[in-house]
Amino acid sequence: MTLLPGQELPAQTYRVTRADLVRYADASGDDNPIHLSDQVAHSVGLPGVIAHGMLTMALAGRALATWAGRADGVIEFGVRFTRPVVVPDGDTGAEVVVAGAVRTVVDGAAQVELTVTCGGEKVLAQARATLKPVPTGEHR
Amino acid sequence: MALDASFVGRAFPASGPYHVTREKVREFADAIGATDHPDEVAPPTFPIVITLPAGRVIIDDLGIEYSRVVHGDQRFAYTRPVVAGDVLSCVCTVEEMMARGGNDFVTTRADLTDAHGAPVVSVWTRLVVRGAP
Repeated sequence: MTLLPGQELPAQTYRVTRADLVRYADASGDDNPIHLSDQVAHSVGLPGVIAHGMLTMALAGRALATWAGRADGVIEFGVRFTRPVVVPDGDTGAEVVVAGAVRTVVDGAAQVELTVTCGGEKVLAQARATLKPVPTGEHR
Repeated sequence: MALDASFVGRAFPASGPYHVTREKVREFADAIGATDHPDEVAPPTFPIVITLPAGRVIIDDLGIEYSRVVHGDQRFAYTRPVVAGDVLSCVCTVEEMMARGGNDFVTTRADLTDAHGAPVVSVWTRLVVRGAP
């Protein structure tokens, strides 16, 4: 997939449930109880269990792979965590929407700006990535 | 709380080696819902599995209460993708410490290298240590 400057990338929607948080805690080793227990989340002033910030970032990473058309296309990827993704109990959970646009393309590497929202509110800021959509090897 | 600024620039002993297996990549990819992800290549945020425990050592050494730590920023810069079969070592450095608005900010950089010592990915983590209420 060729990415062009100014191109809007198709938004990707991901559902996150509490079962996902348990799986992510196991796989990542981040067992902070604010991602697992309402009681602990309330005790630190949160409205309820929140998703791991790194899970939200990983979902944005899935969108990058989809847009790049390859699993190993991310050269650089950075975000700022600005707002927690609150995950209600039950099958519905929370919905994270990852949108993006190509800012520039330099030597085949696309600079992508991401907009990541939950319930219409931005949960990440300064979310940017550099993608190599074409096979690597021809530069440096 | 005033953190010990002498930690800036300090490199911590290498952790690992960490063996990247297909099983671990599969488990991580499944946990982020990327069931169509190939298990030869790690998803871009996978290195957190290695850098999180390394970062915790620094938090402990700084005497920071983990319950007051919030993840502020995260960045990955790849020299090449992490693939199954990699044997990675991780060296963590405290890159920046600052106090602002009653909170402390600590930026760590973890440099992951392969079995040949070649760079693979650098991982920056900025933690916000909330001041006592």
